[in-house]
Amino acid sequence: MVETQLRFRDDEPAGDPAVTVDSFGEQTNAAAVRIEPGDDARVLLPHLDRITLVEVNFPVFGDGRGYSAARILREAGYAGELRAVGDVLIDQLAFLRRCGFDSFAPDQPLNAADAEAALARYPEVYSPTVDGRAPIWAKRHGLA
Amino acid sequence: MYQYDSHDQAMVDARVAEFRDQVRRRLDGSLAEEQFRPLRLMNGLYLQLHAYMLRVAVPYGTLSSAQMTMLGDIADKYDRGYGHFTTRQNIQYNWIKLEEAPDILADLAKVEMHAIQTSGNCIRNTTSDQYAGAIADEVVDPRPYAELIRQWSTFHPEFSFLPRKFKMAVIASETDRAAMRLHDIGIQILRNDKGQLGAAFYVGGGMGRTPMIAPCINPFVPIDQMITYSEACLRVYNRYGRRDNKYKARIKILVHELGKDEYTRQVEAEFAHLLTQGIEPPLAELERIKAQFTDPAFATGLSDAVDRSDPDFAVWLDNNVQVHKQPGYAIVTISLKPVGGIPGDASGDQMRLMAQLARAYSFDELRVTHAQNIVLPHVRKADLYTVWQQLEEAGLGTPNLDKIGDIIACPGLDYCSLANARSIPVAQKISERFAGREQEIGELKLKISGCINACGHHHAGHIGILGVDRKGVENYQLLLGGSEGADTSLGTITGPGFNEEGIVDAVEKATSVYLANRHAGERFLDTYRRIGMAPFKDAIYAKDAV
Repeated sequence: MVETQLRFRDDEPAGDPAVTVDSFGEQTNAAAVRIEPGDDARVLLPHLDRITLVEVNFPVFGDGRGYSAARILREAGYAGELRAVGDVLIDQLAFLRRCGFDSFAPDQPLNAADAEAALARYPEVYSPTVDGRAPIWAKRHGLA
Repeated sequence: MYQYDSHDQAMVDARVAEFRDQVRRRLDGSLAEEQFRPLRLMNGLYLQLHAYMLRVAVPYGTLSSAQMTMLGDIADKYDRGYGHFTTRQNIQYNWIKLEEAPDILADLAKVEMHAIQTSGNCIRNTTSDQYAGAIADEVVDPRPYAELIRQWSTFHPEFSFLPRKFKMAVIASETDRAAMRLHDIGIQILRNDKGQLGAAFYVGGGMGRTPMIAPCINPFVPIDQMITYSEACLRVYNRYGRRDNKYKARIKILVHELGKDEYTRQVEAEFAHLLTQGIEPPLAELERIKAQFTDPAFATGLSDAVDRSDPDFAVWLDNNVQVHKQPGYAIVTISLKPVGGIPGDASGDQMRLMAQLARAYSFDELRVTHAQNIVLPHVRKADLYTVWQQLEEAGLGTPNLDKIGDIIACPGLDYCSLANARSIPVAQKISERFAGREQEIGELKLKISGCINACGHHHAGHIGILGVDRKGVENYQLLLGGSEGADTSLGTITGPGFNEEGIVDAVEKATSVYLANRHAGERFLDTYRRIGMAPFKDAIYAKDAV
């Protein structure tokens, strides 16, 4: 299993290995699930209260379906760990964070200083997402 | 026009710093080319046949004089003294050095410009009507809506790795001057019968190897839900657009395969959900943007009279000058299509001259058109003669707007690594062949692409030319009957292709058929639509060639 290199949570990491979305439907005691790009994240929504970890796999960084999967889970109120795994690179970290990911287990370890710089790069954001950052329009109009 | 506040400037400045860092990591080897590729692409930097090409965004085609001056200076400082205006209202430079690219972005940021998302599988620069704010037939100026989309789409975290590139256009007139229905999303701003503003959404249009005209999936989205609806359209595409084959990855294929009704159903469901997420900017933000697109201080009581006694000026006037909404003013289109020239190219000196003219005579504003020309949107009629004289002197006075010499052409095999055939020499030969006969032939939109990706919009040309590779030899197919306006249609291939000389002859034969058959007042396209393909085909492929 690949190491989680970056984690932005204070709770204990989930111990159970993540199961596939298909097996998750059958194993009613599973608390950790792994989403592949072709999976529909919405099938998990009725079960969010028993999930403590969702891994979203990026087999190649250019397949952006996992961004939508993450946001859909957060928009539905999922508060557990949301981990990006696979081909996770420095320059995607900020986008991933904005879509609700709070831990990262990249196949290839990231240069820690570069990762930190990339996450801190943009002082502001134009669009609101699930990360709670106030968009520029909210600041302009005293809504933040 | 729109001016950055400290927030906008901070975003662009951060981008410059980020790209500088990415280039550093590429040059020191810590980023592999395959990892760097999507990053440089999202900064508009392509590796072409001979050098890097940098594409700079011109949001909705609007430029200030200072911005145009900077574009000219960049051409001289970092390129070979010229730049190429594109069919998406942008400009690209073809001879860029990687290590200088961050400095170019820094220069651009000084005049509130950037190259963000001018490439890559993300939401590209939003285009609009080049006559926005100057033409009488618009419901409102469409550019504030395009600016709202620019901000929403900039660094959108969910939609930066879409199945394929994504192009949006916004218009606000019945007359479509932006080929709106040939975009991934085309938006027409309009009023309903209660007088309320809304956005009609056309989704799934495009050119490329499978050209499609976008169907309307929602005729009226309330204006204060436009961004949320766009987000719903994109989310359905991001989740379900095909990723197994890059040639089937555009949203047009998804809409086509699901069917318009099913795609629309999914969008509406996602829209209902997203309305609960509070992602729509408040109307106050739209009002803030709109306040920066108010009319310039037009003088009133000006005369509409123009002295036409110089015959060359009169020809230019009849070709390149449009009616303005304000009495006493006119819209001037500067042709970047001189006889034998490279369509869309301008030198650094020409760019600076156009900037000066805009400053002196057009309230500091210019526009780039998708037909690769430049517009001075607000010129006093009394100044037209002076403007024309200065344009003439700089080689910018060609009177051929929408004529056969006003050719749209992609860079083709002279620059582009995707191309199968050269476009520029064909454009040059056609332009030379028909020089002096343009007025007789009248309106005829000719468009050339050097490969099936259709960057030269050949499907939408009254006459279209598609360059293909036929057993290692450049071969050109001829299409007739395309159009991109309110009467959008796709061209039909005449038959077997031609070599470079042959295609120019074939175009000549097609125009001869038109001239022999046209009724009074008919354009080439009208005659073609009336008499059909057969007479053209007969003439073009006749054994005893003319």
